[in-house]
Amino acid sequence: MPTMLEVTGLNHRYGKGDGAHVAVRELSFSVDAGELACIVGPSGCGKSTLLRCIAGLIPPTGGSVRLHGDEVSGVPDDLAVVFQDYSRSLFPWLTVARNVEFPLRWRKLSKQERAERAQEALDAVGLSGVGKKFPWQLSGGMQQRVSIARALASKPALLIMDEPFASVDAQTRFELEDLLRRVQREQQSTILLVTHDIDESVYLGDRVLVLSKSPATIVADLAVDLPAERDQIATRESAKFVTLRGEVARLLQGGPAAPETAAETSDEATATADAAEWEATEEAAAETGDSAKEASH
Amino acid sequence: MRSLYRNLAGLIGFFLIWEGAVRVGLVPELFVPPPSEVLATTVDLLGQEPFIRDVIATVLAWAIALGISIAVAVPAGLVLGSVAWLRTATRAIVEFLRPIPSVALIPLVLLVVGGGPEAKITLAVYAAVWPILFNTIYALAEIDPVLMDTARACGTSRSRMLTSVALPHAAPFVFTGIRMSAAIALILVVSTEYVAGASSGLGNFILEASSGGTNMDQVLAGTVVAGVIGYLINDGLERMGRRMFRWNEAVGEAAK
Repeated sequence: MPTMLEVTGLNHRYGKGDGAHVAVRELSFSVDAGELACIVGPSGCGKSTLLRCIAGLIPPTGGSVRLHGDEVSGVPDDLAVVFQDYSRSLFPWLTVARNVEFPLRWRKLSKQERAERAQEALDAVGLSGVGKKFPWQLSGGMQQRVSIARALASKPALLIMDEPFASVDAQTRFELEDLLRRVQREQQSTILLVTHDIDESVYLGDRVLVLSKSPATIVADLAVDLPAERDQIATRESAKFVTLRGEVARLLQGGPAAPETAAETSDEATATADAAEWEATEEAAAETGDSAKEASH
Repeated sequence: MRSLYRNLAGLIGFFLIWEGAVRVGLVPELFVPPPSEVLATTVDLLGQEPFIRDVIATVLAWAIALGISIAVAVPAGLVLGSVAWLRTATRAIVEFLRPIPSVALIPLVLLVVGGGPEAKITLAVYAAVWPILFNTIYALAEIDPVLMDTARACGTSRSRMLTSVALPHAAPFVFTGIRMSAAIALILVVSTEYVAGASSGLGNFILEASSGGTNMDQVLAGTVVAGVIGYLINDGLERMGRRMFRWNEAVGEAAK
């Protein structure tokens, strides 16, 4: 599979000089086309900053982001983002259908094509009959489906999701997780999903990238070798799932990986120790980051 | 429908107390004629051409003033709302100009623009721009950053952001400002006509009717007509707003 997203040496800090806060430090990874990669990290670790840099919403202070080989500067045309807070990211003055059509507004499509694409996307998320309603007339789970439909309507090369299911109830969450995996396989989408939920990252992902505490660095990159067809009950009970989530949980706590995988994650263990060290001397680290950054210029 | 009856009940109660107070002799009938007489005079006046001319002159001046206020305040609000340094730079002058009572500017305005309808329109515009201006600035500051990010992630360019996100978001706020300004503009038009002795208009009619001190039924009839115009303007705008911004009211209710 060709590489869809390539993040190299990404750095981001807010502010300058002594007061600077380093949110992302020397972060590198890539995502292949058709892959569903989950990023899991403790809350406040800089996940959102990372996503905003990748989406081109903010320019990173260092490093590069490439989408299908093209350097990202500004929001790429073929990228879509689903935010956690559906109630704040749907346009309240537009109907559901118009919301889904929104990313198509600036494209050279006829009115009819636009309506058809929106309808297809709504069908894909199981919301065929609600196009004429307004977002606030729908339940939270349905609103988030509308956000997903809107992202799909633009047929993005990369779909970025920022804790998309963190604001819905557990039952709806399971439904949406299965919906996402189904849609992703049907449409061969490439998805980068950020979550703080360990179980969710393992259940959804083809791959799990574990982030350290702030500043965010990649601690581990685990392949999830669970069967493609997943089931909310059976998969979560399987030995493989339990082992993986345990491993992710240990990595998140900053401890070493599980013994049987220690050999393959020696690099990551170093990174973990590194992260712990960084945490201990956060302020100093910020300054070091600065000077390293300046030196590289 | 029921609320309409209740509203009317309050109004009828007010007229009954007024009528009673005059009949019993609590207030002298010479200065405060009973409502029955005032209403009869009102109906009579509405059939007279000069009075209708006065009403039209007032409503026309009001409409022009409100139109100019909207045309000035909305673009200014959009600019000040989106350019932070300009907002800071103009804060002192705005806060200095805003509290000046428009009536205090009458002498200046009469000298500069003359005593014609321009005077009342100028003063009404001066008073009516502020609510629209401030509501527009406020609306822009209130746009949810998540919504802006969403629009940007959907490929919306900076220049299109104004028409596709900022304006629809700000519209209900701006409209509330317009509704407030509509009432203020009417007050200013009528009081300028009264104070500055314009050649036509409701305020001028009231001034002339009151000069003898014996035509209080006409003075009050003019006042009642001014009140009715104000009521109709507000009610009409309220209905229009509800129809145009159905989504906003529903969002507000959902948030409650």
